[in-house]
Amino acid sequence: MGAYYTRDNGGGGYYSSSSLLFYGAFSGLGLVGLYMLLTGSGEQFAVGEFLLSVSPYMWSLLGISLCVGLSVGGAAWGIFITGASLVGAGVHAPRIVTKNLISIIFCEVVAIYGLIMAIVFTAKLSDDTQTISSSEAYYKGFALFWAGLTTGLCNLVCGITVGVSGSSAALADAQDGQLFVKVLVIEIFGSIIGLFGLIVGLLVSGKGV
Amino acid sequence: MEGLFYNADDGYLEGIVRGYRSSILTNSAYINLTQCETLEDVKLQLSASDYGTSLQNEPHMSTSMLAQKCTDKLVREFDYIRAHAVAPLQQFLDYMTYAYMIDNVILLITGTLHERDTHELLDRCHPLGVFESMPALCVATNVAELYNSVLVETPLAPYFSDCLSAEDLDEMNIEIIRNTLYKAYLEDFYHFTQTFGGPTAEIMGELLQFEADRRSLNITINSFGTELTKDDRAKLFPNIGRLYPEGNLKLAKSDDVDQVKGACDVFLEYRQFFDSSTGTGSSKTLEDRFFEYEVHLNKKSFQQQFHYALFYSFLKLKEQEIRNIVWISECISQGQKERINNYIPIF
Repeated sequence: MGAYYTRDNGGGGYYSSSSLLFYGAFSGLGLVGLYMLLTGSGEQFAVGEFLLSVSPYMWSLLGISLCVGLSVGGAAWGIFITGASLVGAGVHAPRIVTKNLISIIFCEVVAIYGLIMAIVFTAKLSDDTQTISSSEAYYKGFALFWAGLTTGLCNLVCGITVGVSGSSAALADAQDGQLFVKVLVIEIFGSIIGLFGLIVGLLVSGKGV
Repeated sequence: MEGLFYNADDGYLEGIVRGYRSSILTNSAYINLTQCETLEDVKLQLSASDYGTSLQNEPHMSTSMLAQKCTDKLVREFDYIRAHAVAPLQQFLDYMTYAYMIDNVILLITGTLHERDTHELLDRCHPLGVFESMPALCVATNVAELYNSVLVETPLAPYFSDCLSAEDLDEMNIEIIRNTLYKAYLEDFYHFTQTFGGPTAEIMGELLQFEADRRSLNITINSFGTELTKDDRAKLFPNIGRLYPEGNLKLAKSDDVDQVKGACDVFLEYRQFFDSSTGTGSSKTLEDRFFEYEVHLNKKSFQQQFHYALFYSFLKLKEQEIRNIVWISECISQGQKERINNYIPIF
């Protein structure tokens, strides 16, 4: 119990094992690269060629799945942060529970952003396999990938922000009812940053015809 | 970063504790309490607070009963938190109970020395520090026996390693054992809290450092005029705190209160403890000022979220509240109305 936090094998041990993994992967990759370079097949280690060899469908579908996946992850994360504090604070002050459901809804909205964007991106896919190797198709694939990643990451961070401020809102409201509206304003500003990702995602994906 | 994962395990309990905190008596409640004429009035005033239900069915009010009921309520709340806690928080809460265990052990040894009744002693033990083999403590006659038969199985065992050399159990030795245990406990608890990092380490660091300094100061002041040598005294000071190391060194060498004052003078917060000129506080004892500052620190820990220190602070504030209620009701029952305002307001 509590092995991660005891002094002997504490946080330090946990940290070093993750960095060990990082260094291991890094040096493994380096070894493969060096091996290829020194055995005369270094040209195969070409990033550009790799990118072009991946189908544009792969890129765009990856973008869509990242978009909705990260957004839902952010929303879920926010809801559990808010929810845990809300049930705790609600024991002593039951009046806050209904009012603070708005924080949960704010988190939920983040997932809906991701869902909407995923639907918009899906509409841009075409099943015309004739033009799959044209430069337009490649552009579209890359655009959808990065648009999806932008939206997904923005929504992930936004969900956490709303979750943390929502949990503070619940605790503050339980302590003093007048604080609720004030903290809610902060929460609203937090929830807006998800929209920024949404807008940029729309713009980027809109360029691909 | 602690906001990301804290709530997964401890968010519910944090909300619960903040709920408990908001039921701590406010200043206006204390003013109402001090106006009371009899203990029945006190009961009436308290019935509006969270203590109401536990006092309801008590026909006869007495100060000891009041203290008992309030402590019972605190213990119930603590047990609830303890039962719902998981890994690191659970260990943290256990650490908090070790202080009461030390007190109980010392109480039992002292009582046995004075040949008091075992059952009476066990009743007086703090319920938070109760452990299974506690009644067996009453039969021990020296420290080694005490350690080998009883304490080796309790979590206090590692703290005893420094005081096994003490031969007999007499008044002086018991006091030294108590302080050695506390020193080891405080240091262990401090290092444990520092492994968490973030706000827990920060706030608990401040609280435990003050606790350590307070112990050092108390040991120094209480040892004046006793047979405790300066070297022995220096060994009892915890090796943490803001006074460590140079302040403790000065304390170890000091012969009177003025020199103690000199050691504290470099810290703005500690200077006020010995400052007798400040306004209305002329009737306050040093102990009261320590309590006042402790309350101040504990209140501050509620201003941050996602840390463990608020569990500690909650317990300390509740204890202070019980002390306040007991003080006020003592003053009322003994007719010492002029001293009734010496309680320490919390919120």
